[in-house]
Amino acid sequence: MATLAGSAARERANASSNTRFLLAGVALTLLLVLAGSVMPKWLTFLITLAASHGLVSLGIVLLMRGGVVSFGQGLVFAVGAYAAALAFNKLGFTDAVGLALLGGVAATLIAAPFAPLLSRYRGIFFAMLTLALSMVAYGVLVKTEVLGGSDGFNMGRPTLFGQTLPDARVGFVMYAVTITFAAALALLARVYFDSTRGLITLAVRENELRVEYLGGSVRRSMAINFVLAAFAGGAGGALTVMSLGHIDPNFSYWTTSGEFVFVAILAGWQSVLAVFVASTVLEVVRSFSSLYFPNTWQLALGLFLLFVIRFLPRGIGSLWFSRVWFRRLGGGQ
Amino acid sequence: MSGPELLRAMGVEKRFGAVVAASEINIAIAVGERVSLIGSNGAGKTTFVNMITGYLKPDSGHIFFGERDITPLAPRDITRLGVARSFQIPQLCAELTVLDNMLVAFACHDNRLSFWQPARKAGAVASADTLLARFRLGEHRDRRVAELPGGVRKLLDIAMALTGSPKLLLLDEPTSGVSAEEKFPMMDIVMTALGAEAMTVLFVEHDMDIVERYANRVVAFYSGRIIADAAPGVALAADDVRRYVTGTLQHAEH
Repeated sequence: MATLAGSAARERANASSNTRFLLAGVALTLLLVLAGSVMPKWLTFLITLAASHGLVSLGIVLLMRGGVVSFGQGLVFAVGAYAAALAFNKLGFTDAVGLALLGGVAATLIAAPFAPLLSRYRGIFFAMLTLALSMVAYGVLVKTEVLGGSDGFNMGRPTLFGQTLPDARVGFVMYAVTITFAAALALLARVYFDSTRGLITLAVRENELRVEYLGGSVRRSMAINFVLAAFAGGAGGALTVMSLGHIDPNFSYWTTSGEFVFVAILAGWQSVLAVFVASTVLEVVRSFSSLYFPNTWQLALGLFLLFVIRFLPRGIGSLWFSRVWFRRLGGGQ
Repeated sequence: MSGPELLRAMGVEKRFGAVVAASEINIAIAVGERVSLIGSNGAGKTTFVNMITGYLKPDSGHIFFGERDITPLAPRDITRLGVARSFQIPQLCAELTVLDNMLVAFACHDNRLSFWQPARKAGAVASADTLLARFRLGEHRDRRVAELPGGVRKLLDIAMALTGSPKLLLLDEPTSGVSAEEKFPMMDIVMTALGAEAMTVLFVEHDMDIVERYANRVVAFYSGRIIADAAPGVALAADDVRRYVTGTLQHAEH
């Protein structure tokens, strides 16, 4: 009886902690959007790219929770971006939120047929297969003259809910749209991580054999994660191209994918917020290093990653997440 | 046989190249029986268990669970019919807590997994706590499995197998790796935990004291064949069993 009362109390604690996550997420989003209105332009641009790139890395974190790392998220990033840019240029579909969703859907459709195949592979085989897919896409894009070949093409300025965006405000509006979109997906990711399916993903990472013997489907878990990661990556690609205004096949190049993996490792797989913090760190290091040490900024990045792996093996998310987790468990005894 | 039939193997054969792992296995098990599978290493006990769970397919013969021929089914489908197993080496999620391991097990039995429903919803946590209490694992609830001693892991492994309320429970060497003085207390905990549900249990066991105390039927294997199938007192006294399994009858004696 005491146990039941205890678990009921814990359940209430969990429910309120979920609400806390939601409220904290909404508050943080509002705060960032408000802050954006007084930020210098370079900073809003930097954070916009950090958020849109962060979505791609969020997809990798989703896969990491199941024990695999994709080295080819550049593929879905590029597919989402090309889909959005083409819809804009060829179909005259210009709404920013609509294009972000379209990018996600396009990437999902391209990734879905490969999900059942990839769900059979682990470790380096999964990483190499995803890398191969993204490089095939790169090869095709470079050779496709209609899409501008290796130079890519430009895309115009998106609209929002039927409103055209004037020069002075477009940067801020894209910032607000990207932050809000990223925050919505981040909160959904949190809900998914804490769901029954999310827990099974963690179990798959630890012990596939047991999950199968308990009646769970390991391959279905992996396939679902791959498809969800594609959606996040595609939306991230679309949001990126809307801010950059230009796209080229490098979106699908392996070094681009490598940067997303870098952010995912930096973030760790526990915290969703950490993904965006890590993504911002990368953008900051990239901007400043390429300004002051143009040819050695990768060196700074490498040293930073080394430092994180040595001292925070579970990523920067473990700085705060293990404590939150502990409290959610009811603080032990 | 007392109750209605739960499991029947008919003419089951399995070979791995030249090795005969199962030959002419015919056995029927009734609801509520506690059957111990004994035999030396390589006698075919684990092969038999693996064929029931669908992990290995027999070369010929059929296995029925209730009325249904489960021979062609995938392991996951057999699990969902109510066949659960524990492992000689506990198969757990080492980095998750004891409670989370139980929640994983409950979630796996859920036919409608959700992206939305929290894994820690009250119902699941309460069921997990109840089962943990039956296995006297309550005090370890919030600890990571990696920190736990072997005996506790064995118990957790069995507790996880019970989450789906199986009709048939297969225990693969439940006391292996457990110290001699802990074996009986541990089996007492397991059997008490099972008792409430009149579950049918098949357990692979090497310790004959455990077999005599907890089984009401013994099936002895030797090179893929069943050499004895009787009550423990009778089976353990049979010449073939003493010669090939327990080693109490030496070849020199005859």
